[in-house]
Amino acid sequence: MRVRVLITRKEGLADPEGVETHRALRDLGYGGVTEVHFGRIINLSVDGDDAVAAVAQAEEMCERLLANPVIEDYSVEVVE
Amino acid sequence: MTIAVVVFPGTNCEHDVVHAMRVLGADAELVWHRDDDLAGAAGVILPGGFAHGDYLRTGAIARFSPIMSEVRRLAETGAPVLGICNGFQVLCEAGLLTGALVANRDLRFICRPVHVRVESTDSVLTAAAQVGAVLRIPLNSYEGNYVAPPEELAALEAAGEVVLRYSDTSGAIDEAHNPNGSTNNIAGITNAASNVAGLMPHPERAVERILGSADGRVLLESFVASVRTPVRT
Repeated sequence: MRVRVLITRKEGLADPEGVETHRALRDLGYGGVTEVHFGRIINLSVDGDDAVAAVAQAEEMCERLLANPVIEDYSVEVVE
Repeated sequence: MTIAVVVFPGTNCEHDVVHAMRVLGADAELVWHRDDDLAGAAGVILPGGFAHGDYLRTGAIARFSPIMSEVRRLAETGAPVLGICNGFQVLCEAGLLTGALVANRDLRFICRPVHVRVESTDSVLTAAAQVGAVLRIPLNSYEGNYVAPPEELAALEAAGEVVLRYSDTSGAIDEAHNPNGSTNNIAGITNAASNVAGLMPHPERAVERILGSADGRVLLESFVASVRTPVRT
């Protein structure tokens, strides 16, 4: 089973990569973009076929290591 | 009374710190991150570098090194603990200090002397300094941009736990003299018990005139004095 973890900076906290990329997109003429935020995807291959347990375990991994809950939000989904 | 200087794979400022400690007449020893005994140490310094390659996030993997449970134990006894640059990032990840360090505002690695103003003497890093003193100390980091959730930031400020802010040479604090975008120009903080401190600039690189500045000396002297006369809780 593959589990996908998506980690993003909490709203309102500094995201310098997003700010710079937003500026570059505007320079390229994409004036309709109002905000850019970066995130990180971590794909996990896990044993077993219990999707609920896999998601719960991945969320625990986010709390303990994969994300920094002080400054980041995360979401978890089973992708296959 | 020995000061343990922790070495993670990727740490690269440990010898500078040990040298600075010896310049100040303190006894410092390197301790490998796989060690799990700090019984002989009266204080701990986590030096700068790129612990575990800074993979995932700065300090994220170092936080789980075996030595860190000992660092936490010592911190809880009231022993002085100092994180410099990457060491500051590790202490934040470990939850021993508030907030986190993210990429610099301008997305550039900064390697130059900066000025910081002492905001509080209620910490193991600033006890021997004077409030308002301006120190010239090298900054050497890509992820030195201090952030914290609004409520935690407000609590930190209200408690007077910000000990150093980036400033100009006269001590004025403004965005023009904020090298990396840190919230409220924060360069260094302490914890509620005042025994754990972290800062992004490198005081160990400014302890002798030959290094261009000896302004870091008062900070490390504060730490050494705290180790010699610990306030156990």
